[in-house]
Amino acid sequence: MLRRLLLSVLVLLGVCIITFVIARVVPANPAAMWVGTHPTAEQIARARKELGLDQPLYAQFFIYMGKLLSGDLGVSIRTHDKVLDDIASFIPASLELIGTGMFIAVVVGIPLGVMSAVKKDSVVDHFSRLFSIAGVSLFVPWLGMMGQLVTSKWAGLLPIGDRIDMSISVINPIQRITGFYLIDSLVTGNFVAFQSVASHMILPALVMAAYPIGLVTRMTRSTMTDILEEDYIRTARAYGLREMTIAYRYALKNAIGPTITVLALSFAYSLVETFLIETVFNWPGLGRYAALSIISLDYPAIMGIAIVVAVVYVALNLLVDLIQAYLDPRIRLK
Amino acid sequence: MRWMKKDALGVEARLRELRYSFHVIRRNRLTYASFIFILGLVIVAVIGPLIAPYPEDALGAVHPERAFMPPSPEHFFGTDEAGRDIFSRVLFGTRISLWIGVLVIILTLMIGVPLGVVAGYVGGMVDESIMRVTDMFLSFPSLLLALVISAVLGPSLNNSMIAIAISWWPWYTRLARGQVISVRERPFVEAARATGVKSLRIMFRHVLPNSLTPIMVQASLDFGSVILTAASLSFLGLGAQPPTPEWGLMLSIGRYYFLDHWHYATFPGLAIFATVLAFNLVSDGLREALSPRLRRL
Repeated sequence: MLRRLLLSVLVLLGVCIITFVIARVVPANPAAMWVGTHPTAEQIARARKELGLDQPLYAQFFIYMGKLLSGDLGVSIRTHDKVLDDIASFIPASLELIGTGMFIAVVVGIPLGVMSAVKKDSVVDHFSRLFSIAGVSLFVPWLGMMGQLVTSKWAGLLPIGDRIDMSISVINPIQRITGFYLIDSLVTGNFVAFQSVASHMILPALVMAAYPIGLVTRMTRSTMTDILEEDYIRTARAYGLREMTIAYRYALKNAIGPTITVLALSFAYSLVETFLIETVFNWPGLGRYAALSIISLDYPAIMGIAIVVAVVYVALNLLVDLIQAYLDPRIRLK
Repeated sequence: MRWMKKDALGVEARLRELRYSFHVIRRNRLTYASFIFILGLVIVAVIGPLIAPYPEDALGAVHPERAFMPPSPEHFFGTDEAGRDIFSRVLFGTRISLWIGVLVIILTLMIGVPLGVVAGYVGGMVDESIMRVTDMFLSFPSLLLALVISAVLGPSLNNSMIAIAISWWPWYTRLARGQVISVRERPFVEAARATGVKSLRIMFRHVLPNSLTPIMVQASLDFGSVILTAASLSFLGLGAQPPTPEWGLMLSIGRYYFLDHWHYATFPGLAIFATVLAFNLVSDGLREALSPRLRRL
């Protein structure tokens, strides 16, 4: 347990080293990059001093680490705000989107995976194989655009972009508690806003789910296939239990571990995928902030996002290990 | 003489393996269809410029008088905001995407595999330090790392390919290392060492060729992901620059117009989907073919 925590700290140190190399060592003139596209000589000189670029490399690294640990990710060139503040204000929107997408992935992916394992080589199985391979082969921004075209433009069922209707956010503003609109509007009883938020959420969340659904389905199928051949399952069959009961009550419990790992990893992957999806849906979250920062080559913001996402990634990996140990006593004993 | 004979046997075994893989690919209709589709893509990539109806449009010619024309017999996929034929551009894009895939995979192999071979064969401190560096790289989601590196290097197609390779090599280092460790202990390596062959030669002439199969399978598995990653970088403005007919870039510009002109984004996206799907289906079939457990069935 302690060993695992220590390992995570080491990994985080690795993250810092890589970002340091990318931000300070690779570029020919890091100071100029740090202050914008048309810097004055004075600005550059100030940045050099602030980043400690006049000192030896190891000293630069300590300055860099000092700033990171005190939460100073620099100032965004584009918004002129502190990068950390920007990230904090944009991240709830992204987490809400990813969370909903993951929820869809679990609700659709696990039953689909169980079904194809139980009815191996049936039509369901072949369909789910094709479905999941298609899910990981799609270019998500394109899927989003096609969704907007069909459901919004042609069928007129769903709104095209944003998190909430402009008029509703003016008339029935959502009180900010958690930053998650779905929760905030529900908790404060603001059902008009909730309806608008939910209808804006459907399409982006489905697009978000496309990739994890494929992964979850395939992972569940492959572990379930192995477990269904175990002796205790045969015993359960001999007792005359229904096949569905065996699958969900007995087999799935032991098959869920790898699926959780895949889910956590695709959560981290989704954080990066928001860069694409939020751009298409004009979703005011971390991803759109990242995409705009990239287009305007706002390096402090880009590096800040990279560090935050990497930290989340490492934390998720740790969390998965803890959950695995909790679910499976055999791992705990090791 | 006996040497040569042994070598010939090796070639024969490898050919048999290849023939078997092809047999498995043929057995699954979907995999076979995808395989044929990829062959078609390669042909299109090679002769695309000859069959494209408006080759000048792929290079950035501008015809404002025929902007946003819907699909028609003259323009199968319609035209874009500058009146360029989208069909011709998608055809040219095939060459670019396949080229990106091949180049990035080669680059990734060139960085990752030698490091893995050295780490696995030499072991000790060398192994330890190489593997710690790969761990550092693997603590980022690879798309994120590719994005950041590409942003720092400056937006261009070449830089984006370098960035993808830099973010992917650790996977191959790990894979190669694992393979090498299992091959290292085999008698023929010991024999080579006993006859005084130099370490470097053992690593790259004896060990590497015998570790190559899983690495090549992984490379084929990754082809689709590389194309998607490159398209993502272009979509965010970091990869190919206008007016290159790269699929991701076409979608990136198309997102401003597609609601009023459905054909703009539809076809380049379909091209990405079909290509990546075909590669993924073939590699899925290939994995089944080469998995020894399934082979017994």
